[in-house]
Amino acid sequence: MSAPYGPMRAIDILDLYFIENRSRIMDIASFLDRIDRYEGADEAKADFRYQAFLQILDITRDTPRDRAKAVQVALSDPTTEPLDSALGMKAYGAWKGAAK
Amino acid sequence: MKAIDPHIHMISRTTDDYMRMTISGIHTVAEPAFWAGFDRASADCFRDYFHQLTVVEPARAARFGIKHYCWLGLNSKESENLTLADEVLAIIPEFIDRPNVLGFGEIGLNKNSKNEMAVLERQLAMAAARNDLVLVHTPHLEDKLKGTRMIMDMIRNEPRLDPSRVLIDHAEEHTIAEIKDRGFWFGMTLYPNSKGSPERAIDAVEIYGSERLCINSSGDWSVSDPLSILKCANEMRRRGHGEAAVNQVFYENPKSFMGQCPKFVAN
Repeated sequence: MSAPYGPMRAIDILDLYFIENRSRIMDIASFLDRIDRYEGADEAKADFRYQAFLQILDITRDTPRDRAKAVQVALSDPTTEPLDSALGMKAYGAWKGAAK
Repeated sequence: MKAIDPHIHMISRTTDDYMRMTISGIHTVAEPAFWAGFDRASADCFRDYFHQLTVVEPARAARFGIKHYCWLGLNSKESENLTLADEVLAIIPEFIDRPNVLGFGEIGLNKNSKNEMAVLERQLAMAAARNDLVLVHTPHLEDKLKGTRMIMDMIRNEPRLDPSRVLIDHAEEHTIAEIKDRGFWFGMTLYPNSKGSPERAIDAVEIYGSERLCINSSGDWSVSDPLSILKCANEMRRRGHGEAAVNQVFYENPKSFMGQCPKFVAN
């Protein structure tokens, strides 16, 4: 690895971030396993958030560049009209309308 | 290093946080008016809140050698109630000229509803009439892209507002380019769980450049970290960026944006 605080190359980025991102992938794998293990897994796996999650895993793997932006766009509400009311509404992290 | 946190909700933080911030180099902060974690019962609650932001909190910060500025406005989460909005907007003129108030913020959208838009439009007009700076809250998660575009269209429809005097906050990978292209400042927020990380923020610096960028903690009553801007500065440093570049992002940039208000003087 390059000296600390010096210009870095891609291999330095791999060195610096590999272990922590390996851990993040393990958290994701364990999260999906946990859903499988608990009662009602089929219901959870049919939920729009679970389906969106699978979609963004594919995007992360298959998109050649700008993966972070592609994931953000995939999770976003693509409509352009304002809601009639926000009463009782909350954000979920994925667009519910995609499941309709 | 010296740093400015341009968006932190200090009324929710402890004196221990103030001490950690000041000994770590954060000597200037700005606190936008926002949602308290619950819907307030009446406009009188906002009167108390604005008093706290303009009198109580700057005095508390000063005990630690920190300059405290604030932004006033009605947040988007409480903008669905138009009667409350009328009452809150009516009391803002009592406070807006106080010495630590920089302008209107954080005003914006939450779920992108018609009432939220109506209240935002009125506050943009109030800011434009006074030539005040504006700090914009963009929606979270799936609502951000749509809401950011709606907000920018609304500002474009108010010709008295100069984009270089407006900061669009909570920008992420899918909104940064459009915000910059339209001439606004953009903010990136560091949250341990739900928003951006130091790594992603510095990725944005590398991809989009540091011009018109302010990075903030948005530290508040939820899971957040009042030292996160310094951790982000360290992330920039360990990737090989020089001290001048780090100083530009974490001190000079917020100083330049907020310094457009003549009341602002950075420590």
